Amino acid sequence: MNWGSVSEFFAMGGYGLYVWGSYGVALVVFVVEPLLARARHRRALVGDEELGE
Amino acid sequence: MLRLYTFAAPVRFYALTGALLPWLWLAVALLGAAGLYMGFFVAPTDATQGEAYRIIFIHVPAAWLSMLLYLAMAFWAAIGWAFKARMASMLARAIAPTGALFTVLALVTGALWGQPTWGTWWVWDARLTSELILLFLFLGYIALVNAIEDPQRADPAGALLALVGAVNVPVIYFSVRWWNTLHQGATISLTAAPKMAETMLQAMLLTTLACWAYAFAVVFMRARAIVLEREQDASWVSALRGSAS
Repeated sequence: MNWGSVSEFFAMGGYGLYVWGSYGVALVVFVVEPLLARARHRRALVGDEELGE
Repeated sequence: MLRLYTFAAPVRFYALTGALLPWLWLAVALLGAAGLYMGFFVAPTDATQGEAYRIIFIHVPAAWLSMLLYLAMAFWAAIGWAFKARMASMLARAIAPTGALFTVLALVTGALWGQPTWGTWWVWDARLTSELILLFLFLGYIALVNAIEDPQRADPAGALLALVGAVNVPVIYFSVRWWNTLHQGATISLTAAPKMAETMLQAMLLTTLACWAYAFAVVFMRARAIVLEREQDASWVSALRGSAS
């Protein structure tokens, strides 16, 4: 085990901003991209004729 | 050959990937959780870089995937062009946005790693510059195939761009050897003994597999949408729409 406490875990030895920044950006991508793909699939499933509204 | 073409039919592809998707997402969750647990709780602190090195568990998979997805995109685009295989061209289009996003991730996590270890977010060295060019190639491919309305003309144009740009991939990969760069050398080599602790390596392989599964899942989702968009006059698509509404 690397961490003595929860705050130590979040501090990442002083590199918290960089480490959590990296994983934060990755998390946003991995959540938003599938949602966009799903929305596109749903639009395609409904068909163009109902897109006008 | 006949069997190969059966699966290449858009309707087969649509059904097969639909069945695969839940399993792929399950693999993403399990591999991702195992990899992050290994990376944050089992792998030790790095002797020279402290905790900052833990960015490696997302940075290296993202960089690998950016190159692999480019080659996959160029491969399917070329197959689609050479054999007039519609499904292959659709797959190339579905890969491009995911490849571009992994390239952005590699660049952003690289900048966040560079600042604490090199003292700078960005340098114009060979590795970083060639990876940035990869992003422009992805964006150029996406812009080109979307700018030409007729798929029969857009797909070959995109394939040509993708194939010419493929020369950049070995440049990225070998850049740390061919030139003196600020970027560190290869993390993993097939010929040399690993330079990192075994648990670090295992964590990185697990997060890489998670990214692979993710890339398959999201590319399949987008490809299924593209199939419906392109095959909207096919009877099976009309039937599908009838049952969906």
